[in-house]
Amino acid sequence: MTTTSSTPSSDVILEMRSITKTFPGVKALSDVTLKVRRGEVHAICGENGAGKSTLMKVLSGVYPYGTYDGEIVFEGQVARFSNINESEHAGIVIIHQELALVPYLSIAENIFLGNEIKGRGGLIDWNRANGEAGKLLRRVGLKENPTTPVGQLGVGKQQLIEIAKALTKDVKLLILDEPTAALNDNDSEHLLGLLRQLQAEGITCIIISHKLNEIISIAQSTTIIRDGRTIETLDIAAGEVTQERIIRGMVGRDLESRYPERESHPGEEVLRVEDWTVGHATQDRLVVEGANLSVRAGEVIGIAGLMGAGRTELAMSIFGRSYGRYLGGRLYKRGEEIQARNVREAIKHGIAYATEDRKKYGLNLIDDIKRNVSAAALEKLAGGGGLVNSQEEIAVAEQSRRDMNIKAPTVMSVTGKLSGGNQQKVVLSKWIFADPDVLILDEPTRGIDVGAKYEIYVIINKLVAAGKAVIVISSELPELLGICDRIYTLSQGRITGDVPIAEATQERLMALMTLERIPVRSGAPVASGGATVGTSAEAPAVPGAPQQSEQSRSPLSSQNPEDLA
Amino acid sequence: MSTQATAPAPASQAPQPKTGSANPLVALTANLRQSGIYIAFVLVVALFAILTDGQSLAARNVSTIVTQYAYVLVLAIGMLIVIVAGHIDLSVGSVLAVVGAVAARLAITYEQPWWVAALAGLAVGIVIGAWQGFWVAYVGVPAFIVTLAGMLLFRGLDYLVLENISLSGFPQSYQDLATGYLNGLMGGYGYDAFTLLIGAVAVAGFVAQQLRTRRARIKYQQVVEALPVLLLKIVVVGAVVMWFAWQLATARGLPIVLITLAFLIMAYVVITKSTVFGRQVYAIGGNLSAAMLSGVNVRKVNFWIFVNMGFLAGVAGVIFSAYTNGAQPAAGTGAELDAIAAAFIGGAAVTGGVGTIVGAMVGGLLVAVINNGMIILSLGQEWQFIIRGLVLLLAVAFDVYNKRRSGTR
Repeated sequence: MTTTSSTPSSDVILEMRSITKTFPGVKALSDVTLKVRRGEVHAICGENGAGKSTLMKVLSGVYPYGTYDGEIVFEGQVARFSNINESEHAGIVIIHQELALVPYLSIAENIFLGNEIKGRGGLIDWNRANGEAGKLLRRVGLKENPTTPVGQLGVGKQQLIEIAKALTKDVKLLILDEPTAALNDNDSEHLLGLLRQLQAEGITCIIISHKLNEIISIAQSTTIIRDGRTIETLDIAAGEVTQERIIRGMVGRDLESRYPERESHPGEEVLRVEDWTVGHATQDRLVVEGANLSVRAGEVIGIAGLMGAGRTELAMSIFGRSYGRYLGGRLYKRGEEIQARNVREAIKHGIAYATEDRKKYGLNLIDDIKRNVSAAALEKLAGGGGLVNSQEEIAVAEQSRRDMNIKAPTVMSVTGKLSGGNQQKVVLSKWIFADPDVLILDEPTRGIDVGAKYEIYVIINKLVAAGKAVIVISSELPELLGICDRIYTLSQGRITGDVPIAEATQERLMALMTLERIPVRSGAPVASGGATVGTSAEAPAVPGAPQQSEQSRSPLSSQNPEDLA
Repeated sequence: MSTQATAPAPASQAPQPKTGSANPLVALTANLRQSGIYIAFVLVVALFAILTDGQSLAARNVSTIVTQYAYVLVLAIGMLIVIVAGHIDLSVGSVLAVVGAVAARLAITYEQPWWVAALAGLAVGIVIGAWQGFWVAYVGVPAFIVTLAGMLLFRGLDYLVLENISLSGFPQSYQDLATGYLNGLMGGYGYDAFTLLIGAVAVAGFVAQQLRTRRARIKYQQVVEALPVLLLKIVVVGAVVMWFAWQLATARGLPIVLITLAFLIMAYVVITKSTVFGRQVYAIGGNLSAAMLSGVNVRKVNFWIFVNMGFLAGVAGVIFSAYTNGAQPAAGTGAELDAIAAAFIGGAAVTGGVGTIVGAMVGGLLVAVINNGMIILSLGQEWQFIIRGLVLLLAVAFDVYNKRRSGTR
């Protein structure tokens, strides 16, 4: 009613105008505009870190009104949400990639969590709640009993329960962040079907997804975001939008001279990984399957993959099996097989891993720079009597501070108060002090500004010049193209490509990264040439299961890990 | 050659010593978190001095505080390490009791020499520590549960060893571990010259250590206190130590237990600050995941933290039984709470990763002065409990407030 200049045929339910969101030192969103028509499925595309999730957090009130610039108009009203409850009250419900369900509570308890059906005397009326839950379950196509604990269900069904939960809230705009990232083909298909059904019921949807084929099949239009800016909005319903067209929008930026030059002189092979297979830490599925890769001295290799492809899981598993369940695979250091069963052994064999989440896994934020720098190789500073030489420790940290240009008043400064770039330099200093032969850098430039990024690249170049082997995991393809000699692509836990830099383009990498497994209709084991440990051992687990289109997602039977190990 | 990049040149820095504020008041408030406890200590001491008409500062009472509360300070050393690593130990009161019971059984019933009883007590403490360390580190049961169980378990063992009745009458040599004094070694005119000499040596050591640290920090271009602040600090510490030594010298001489305590404090300051083990304790408490991914063997460190706690509970048990000249079934009930309070009042963070031995010692002394003062004032048990509870609550609230204000989390 109060909508201003909108034609009746394309009624706009949501308009975000000139949204700018700044974090200390980083501009996450800059003048972003988004227009969603009533009743459509609108996809948001962009690389990891482009600002999609930030935009959705602004919309749903996770970042409250006042912490961003710009205006949100929802249902013709200017919206000023100060928390998620207010946005939900207005009818905007967001379902995050990380599901927010309590595994020990029943389906009904989860659906009505925070929104309980109260009967007489303010007590919860569980009979009614279970009945309502049953109705909602049928609406999303589930036949489960509402009293079943959610933890007993697969990820696909859990996703549907999240949607059922959203439906209790009188949702007008449903936002799904990577809803199918962890789902197999059947579950994905079911979910997309449900979205079409909800659309028919009049619910508007925003979907964030990396699966471009899905987007083209379900969405009517898509907005592409890159580097925190709106690039374009494409009308998919009108046809003519291809995956290549979307990819061009997502990655289309020139490389400029953002990367320091380096002459590549790879030497002998330092580390080789064969048939590496890793099970998920808590769920019964594989996250890395039969991965092979190698890196030579003086070489920078990249690992490219979308969110959920298993990049970090692979890296951490190689680094002393510090992620998930090791299910098989061998490591060779300079041609000889080595055992790195824990982090200590990995460090002893000269492997270092700098985490993607430096605050959570990389630094002791309440301690100072020098103690963080020495943390991984404290023994090196311990002289006679096992006492740490604190003078030498200061000297080492001081040296790192100068070499790395860490901007802090002294090495006694607490790391929690440094900027992201300087924190990253402290993490790198820690691993350089441990003097490894292979450094695995997981998202080394995430969340840090352009100037600091350049300095990190220079440090990487210095490392390889000194004969180290460096493995860089990054979501930013231009970064990999700018600094690597060779790039592996990872898709759904499998290495799908090994591309020399001369042949690598963003389009080619993106195509390999989104390569999905060819569905096996016959139920026969995938025996194309060299069958990997993962598939050959797994095949008997699904005999006569023609529905099982994607074996990598099929649950392992409990005895299988022993067979593989 | 291979790197053609022109990296941003590191800013050339002219080496010059950086000093903090010369204003002592600013230096104090800037570091309120550390200095807060010292200020509180001085205020509490002054408060009780006024309330008791100076009785609390009388030579004999000062000497008594040391001998009476030494066991709490010993426990607080171990507890500080446990808390820094992010655990808690509720069992030390019971461990202290069972250690005393074993020592008493050996020295009194079986008439073994004092050193056999004492060493057996320490061994019992270490074995108990290894037992609890096993459950915490290798089975993964939270320390709260393991030591809550231990609290009951070892109290039961204490009853078993004592057959539910008190034992008393340790030989004098054993009692001396807690209540013996070195007096007249070098003679004196109404005061013990040796005690004063030890006091002077301690002050000299403090001055030397301060100057050495200062020199090293200047060398590495760290922030150092302005000279007046340092001098003030030396004068204050020197005056307090010498006053303390004078009180002891004019009372009964140098308590043997003070020598034990001083040795333990110095050893554990070095262990927590300068050994790989000590540093890994802070790393685990500060960020468990980061420590693990830096190659710290978390299980092993956790195991030894509890073995160490057991050892110190053994020391405390020996001292306590020597002080009370016997073993009682209910000995040490609530001692764990005093030790925990000492660590927290001394600035240890509830979330782990933060805390110092010296802080815990001052925290322990604060608890001791308050308890002692309330006894001199003949305050009823009811008020003693209420006041101790409030002191602990306010101390931790202060810590939480400080943390929120500084925004480190």
